[in-house]
Amino acid sequence: MNAVPIISVDGVSKQFGASYSLMRRLAGEPPLAVHALNNVSFEVHRGETLGIVGESGCGKSTLARCLVRLLDPDGGAIRFEGRDISTLRSAERRAFNKRVQMIFQDPYGSLNPRMTVSQVLNEALSVHRMRPKGDIPARITELLDLVRLPHDAASRYPHEFSGGQRQRIGIARALAVEPDVIVADELVSALDVSVQAQVINLLLRLQEELHLTLIFVAHDLRLVRHISHRVAVMYLGQIMEIGPSESLFASPRHPYSKALLDAAPELDPTQRSRVVAARGELPSPLDVPPGCPFASRCSHVFDRCRVERPALTKRASEHSAACHLVDFGAMPSALADAV
Amino acid sequence: MSVAIDTGLGLTVRGLTALFNTPRGMALAVADVDLDVAPGEMVGLVGESGSGKSVTLRSIMGLIQTPGHVTGKVEWGGRDLVAMPAEELRRIRGSEIAMIFQEPMTALNPVLPVGLQLEENLVAHTRLNARERRARALQLMNTVGIPAAERRLNEYPHQFSGGMRQRAMIAIALACSPKLLLADEPTTALDVTIQDQILKLLLDLRDRLAMSVVLVTHDLGVIAGTCDRMAVMYAGRIVEMGTVIDVFRQPRHPYTRGLLGSVPRAGAVRTMLSSIEGTPPSLTDLPAGCAFHPRCSFATDICRQERPPLLSLGNDRKAACFHHDRVAAAEAIL
Repeated sequence: MNAVPIISVDGVSKQFGASYSLMRRLAGEPPLAVHALNNVSFEVHRGETLGIVGESGCGKSTLARCLVRLLDPDGGAIRFEGRDISTLRSAERRAFNKRVQMIFQDPYGSLNPRMTVSQVLNEALSVHRMRPKGDIPARITELLDLVRLPHDAASRYPHEFSGGQRQRIGIARALAVEPDVIVADELVSALDVSVQAQVINLLLRLQEELHLTLIFVAHDLRLVRHISHRVAVMYLGQIMEIGPSESLFASPRHPYSKALLDAAPELDPTQRSRVVAARGELPSPLDVPPGCPFASRCSHVFDRCRVERPALTKRASEHSAACHLVDFGAMPSALADAV
Repeated sequence: MSVAIDTGLGLTVRGLTALFNTPRGMALAVADVDLDVAPGEMVGLVGESGSGKSVTLRSIMGLIQTPGHVTGKVEWGGRDLVAMPAEELRRIRGSEIAMIFQEPMTALNPVLPVGLQLEENLVAHTRLNARERRARALQLMNTVGIPAAERRLNEYPHQFSGGMRQRAMIAIALACSPKLLLADEPTTALDVTIQDQILKLLLDLRDRLAMSVVLVTHDLGVIAGTCDRMAVMYAGRIVEMGTVIDVFRQPRHPYTRGLLGSVPRAGAVRTMLSSIEGTPPSLTDLPAGCAFHPRCSFATDICRQERPPLLSLGNDRKAACFHHDRVAAAEAIL
C-alpha cells in the first residue's frame, strides 16, 4: 500500500441547522442543529477499499457527499492528493470531479428518465472531453461491456431496465470519466440479494482491472465486511472504530462494533442467541449526549463515559477505536477485569 | 421444536392461489401453495421481491381485494378462511389471527393516539370495559418493551421511533392473545440493532404466549436466527421446504443454493460471491417449465418443458427440482 494517502480527512465536521423556533429564541437557547459529522478523521490509500458502515443517522451519507464535494464541511479539511478540496476552483475543481466519482443508492432517482443510456454516457464523456467526438460510440460499447450490459442497452431508457441493470448504468457512467476514486453510497441496498451479489462481484472485478480506490458506504455489515480492506464504523457522526477488515470483525475493539456485529443476522442457524446485542435506541442527533455517544446503550458503560468523549486512539497498527476501555476486545481476561 | 404442542390451533394451507388481473395480463402471484404451521411453530417464508411471499400472507388473512382473486383452502380450527363469509372472518382477524406489517408508519393511523388504536382492537373483540381496556393496554405496552407506557399511550405514531412504532404495532396485534401471528417483513425498515431487538422480542412472545408465527422476509439471516422451518418461494411457488437447519446445511433447490451463496459470510473477504445470473421473471410472462430454468446452472431439457412438482423427500423436506440430487451433491457453498 502506498504511504501517501490519496484522500485524507482531517477533523471534518458538518452541521445541519434545524429551524430556530420562537420558543427557543425567547428562552435564549441556541438554535438546534444536527451534528451530522463530528471531528471525523481518516485516510484512504490508493487502490484500497474502505468500507464505511453504520446505522441510519450515523452520518455516513453526509461523509460520502463531503468526499465528492457535494457538501462543504463546516470545519476541518478533506485533502485529495495533499490539496484541500475546498480551495479548488473552476478547472481544478472539474478535474477533481472527474477523478472522484460518486454512485448513488437510488438508481431510479439518479438517472434522467428522458435520456437513453447512450445519451447518459455521452454526456459524461463529452463534458469532461474524455474522447474525441468520433470515438465516443466505440467507448460507450466498451463501457457497456465493462459492466456486462448488452450492446442494445445503449438505445434504451432507464425504465426499461431492472434495478440491478440500472445500477450497472450508474457504474458505467461513473467509470466513463476514468476516475481514480469511486464513492459508492448504499450502492446495492435497494436490490434483491441475488442481484446484489452480481453487482458486488462486478465491483470487485472492476477494482482489480482498473486499480480503483473504492469508498463503500453501506449499512449492511456483511456486505461491507466482504468487500473492504479496511472498515470504519460510524455512530452519531463519529468514527467509533477503524481498522483492517479482518481484525476489526474478528475482534472488535469497540462495544458498538461488537453490538453491530452481534446484531447482524448470520447465515448459521446453529449459532442462535436470545441475548439482545444492544439495548435502547439511537439518541436524538439534535441532542447528542456530552460523553461517549454510545454510552446510553453500552453494556460496558461506566461513569467516565457519560462525561468525557473518548478520542479515537490507536489499538494496534492501522487499528484505532474511540473507547475509554482501551483493553476492550483485546483479551477475554482483560475485558472481564475492565467491566 | 422446543415448544410444547398444546391442543390449540394449527394452520393448514392447501392449493392457495392468488391471481391478479393486470393491464399486462393475468399475473399468477401465488400458485398452488401448501403450507402447514403447527401450534407454537415459527415458519419463515423467504424469497426476493415478487416471489409471492407477502401475497401468500395476505391471502391467508383474506386481505386480497379485486382485481385479485384467491382460491384454495386455508384451514384454521376446522374452518376454511377462504370460503368464510366476511363477517365471520372479521371476528377471527385481529383476535385469533393477527398481522404485523413492514412499514408501521403506514399501518398505524397517524391521527389517533397509539393507546386508542390499541383499545380499538379490544373494543372489537372483547367485552372489557374502559378501565379494563386501559389496564390491558398498559400491560401490552410493557409486554412489548415500550418504556413510560402510561405517557406513550397518549402519544401519536409520529412521536415514536421506528423501532418503537413496530413494538406498538406488535402490541396491537397481541391485544387479543392471537394464536397465529403473520409478520410481513417486520424488521426490514429497521436498523440492525433494532431489528435484533424486535426479532428477539418476537421469539420471546412466541414462547410466552405459545402462538404460531409465519415470518415473511427477504433476509436469509433473519430466518437462520429465528425460524424452526422455512419455505423458499420463487415466482409465486414454494420451491423448497424443510427445517431451517436442514435447508441451510444442504439446499436441494438451485435457487436456495444460489440465495445462500449470494449472501457474504464471515471469513471469505473479497472473494467472488456465487451470485445467480439474470433477474426474476415477470409474473405475467413466466417461462415454460421450471420458472427458474433461465437462471439455473443445473437446468436440462426437461426443466424447459415440464414444471417440476414439489416432491416430498422425507424428513419433512420438500423440493421442486428434477435435479435435487445433483444440487444436494454439488460442492458445498458454505
